[in-house]
Amino acid sequence: MAKDEKHLTIRLRGIKKLYQVGDQEVAALNGIDLDIHSGEFAALMGPSGSGKSTLMNILGCLDRPTVGSYQLDGQEVAHLGDDALAATRNKKIGFVFQNFNLLSRISALENVALPLVYAGVGRRERMERAMHFLDAVGLGDRADHQPNELSGGQRQRVAIARALVNDPHIIMADEPTGNLDTKSTKEIMEIFEGMHEKGRTIILVTHEPEIAACASRQLLVRDGVITRDEGKGVVMDVV
Amino acid sequence: MLFSESFRMAITALMANKLRSLLTMLGIIIGVGAVIAMVSVGMGVRSNVQTSIASLGSNMLIVSPGSETRGGPRGAAGSMTTLKYEDAVAIKEKIKNIDYVSPTVSSSYQVVNGNQNWRSTVSGVTPEFMMIRSLEVSTGSFVSKGDMDKRQRVAVLGSTVVENLFGAENPVGKNIRINSQPFKVIGVLQSKGQSSMGQDQDDMVYIPLTTAQERMQGITYVQSINVQVSDAERMDQVQGDIESLLRQRHHIAKGKEDDFNVRNLTSIMETMNQTTGMITILLGSIAGISLVVGGIGIMNIMMVSVTERTREIGIRKALGATFFNIMTQFLIESVVIGVIGGLIGIGLGCACSWLIAKFGNFNTVITFLPILVSFVFSVGIGLFFGIYPARKAAKLDPIEALRYE
Repeated sequence: MAKDEKHLTIRLRGIKKLYQVGDQEVAALNGIDLDIHSGEFAALMGPSGSGKSTLMNILGCLDRPTVGSYQLDGQEVAHLGDDALAATRNKKIGFVFQNFNLLSRISALENVALPLVYAGVGRRERMERAMHFLDAVGLGDRADHQPNELSGGQRQRVAIARALVNDPHIIMADEPTGNLDTKSTKEIMEIFEGMHEKGRTIILVTHEPEIAACASRQLLVRDGVITRDEGKGVVMDVV
Repeated sequence: MLFSESFRMAITALMANKLRSLLTMLGIIIGVGAVIAMVSVGMGVRSNVQTSIASLGSNMLIVSPGSETRGGPRGAAGSMTTLKYEDAVAIKEKIKNIDYVSPTVSSSYQVVNGNQNWRSTVSGVTPEFMMIRSLEVSTGSFVSKGDMDKRQRVAVLGSTVVENLFGAENPVGKNIRINSQPFKVIGVLQSKGQSSMGQDQDDMVYIPLTTAQERMQGITYVQSINVQVSDAERMDQVQGDIESLLRQRHHIAKGKEDDFNVRNLTSIMETMNQTTGMITILLGSIAGISLVVGGIGIMNIMMVSVTERTREIGIRKALGATFFNIMTQFLIESVVIGVIGGLIGIGLGCACSWLIAKFGNFNTVITFLPILVSFVFSVGIGLFFGIYPARKAAKLDPIEALRYE
C-alpha cells in the first residue's frame, strides 16, 4: 500500500471470535487481517452466517474479539473495558442501521442530538449542532417530527445526521438501504458518496452487489475469513 | 452526562406512560398517606390522654400515710394515722414553689333526700381543693374557711349525686342527710365527666374537712394531702423538700422508713405516653407495610419497563452511553416516582387526617416528623427498589439489545 502508516485508521491482525455452542467451539471469525485507511469507502459483503455482522460489531467497538489485535487510530481497542469502548463509539464511530434505530418518543432533532448528550455537550450547543446536520440531510423543516411521522428514507437520513453529529472518523453502516425503496436508496447512497468525497472513512455492510459497487473497495467475507479484496467497479457475486 | 439531562429523560419516559406511572405511584401515595393519617390519629389519642390527665390537676403531688409496720401483720397503705392537718399547714408555710395545699379525708356514706338515697364518696376538703382539682361551682358556693372553722354541716354535690337525689330540682338550700346527720346543700359542681381511668368524677360529695374528721369519722389525722407545685420543673425538688420536712416533723430517725408516701402524677403521665406511643408506632408500622408493598410495585414496573425498552437501551449504548449513564437514567425514573408519589401521599395523608378530625369527631395531630420520615422513606424505596432493574438495564449487552424485537 502506498499510503502512510499514520493514515491507517483500522488495523486488524489475527482477529478471531469464538462462541461456545454446547461443548463445541464455533469460530464466527477465523483469523482476519485487515487494513482500512483514512478516507476509504469499503463495502463488506458476504452471505448470511459468513461472519460479516460479527466483524462489523467488532469494528464498531460494540463487541470484543476473542483473540487478535485491533488498532483504531493507532490505539489498541481489542481489550478495552466497557466504558472505554462506549467512549470510543461515542467519539470515533457513527452508526447507521438497517432498521434506523431511532428513539420513537422523541423528536428527530433530539434523536440527532443524542450522541452529544453522552459526549457531555451542553443543551444549547447540542441543539445547534443537531440542527446543522439535520439541515445538511435536507430535513431541517422536520426537526420537531417524531420518527413515526417520517418516511423510511427520511428516518434513515435522520439516522445519518445522528451518526455525523459528533464528527466521528468512521461511519459504520449496516445494510442502510435494506428497508428502503429504490428512490430512497438512491438518495441515501448519494449522501454516502458525498461523505466519502469529504474524506470520511465509511464501512458499509451490504449484500446487494450494485450498492457495494459504489464503494472504493469491496471485501468479501466467507466462513469467518476475508476471501476477496477488490477495487471499485468490480461486481462481485456474493453467492 | 449532566444530571439535568438524566432527569429530563426520566420525566419524558414517565410522561410517555402516564397511566402506568400513576398506578405505580399509587402504591407509594397510599403508603405515605396511610402512615401520615395513622400517625396523626395516634398522636391525637396521645394528646387526648394528656389533656385528661392534666385535668386531674396539673403539677400535683399527693402525700399519703404509709402503712402500719409495728407488730403483727402489715396494714394496707394509708393505714397509719400520723399525717395531720398541721403537716399540711407546715408544708404550705415552709416550702417554696407551692401554689395550694389541700388535706383531705374521705369515706363512703349513704346520702338521703326525702325518699331518695344514693351511696357516694364523701370527702372532707379545704377551700383550696377547688383550685387544685380545677373544680367549678355551677350554682351556690364551695366549702369556705368559715365553714371549716365552725365545723359546719354543709355539703357541695357533684352532678351525678344531684341527679340521683333531686332529679331536675335545684338542691341549693335544701337539707339532706349523710350517714343520718343533717347537712345543708350550699353548692353544685359543674360536671367534669369521666376520668381517663373510667371513674365518674361527678359522683362526689364535698364537706368541710373539720366536719368530716370530727363529726363524721371521729379522727384527728388526714388521709391525703394534695399539693400543687407552681412549676412542673420543680416537682422533684418540692417532692424532696416535703419528704425531709415530714421526716423532721414526724421525728423519723435516719435510716428508718418514712411513715408516708409522696407520689406524683408525672409517672402516670409517662406510662400513658408510653402506651399511646406504642399505639402510634403500631398504627404507623402497619401503614408502613403498605409503603414497602408500594416499593415492590415500583420494582415490578421498572422491570417491565427495562424489558420493554431493551432496544432503546441498545441504541443508547451504541451511541456511547456508559453503564453509569443507563443506570442513572433508570434510577432517576424510579426515584422520581418515589418523590412525586411521596408528595401526593403527604397531601392525601394530611387531607385524610383533616377529614377524620372533622367528620369522625376525633382529635388528630399532624406533626412534621412523620411527614419527613415517610417522605424520606418513599424516596429511599424508589431508590432501593430501582437499583436492581436499573442495574439490569445498564448491564445489557448492546449487540443483544439492538437485536431485541
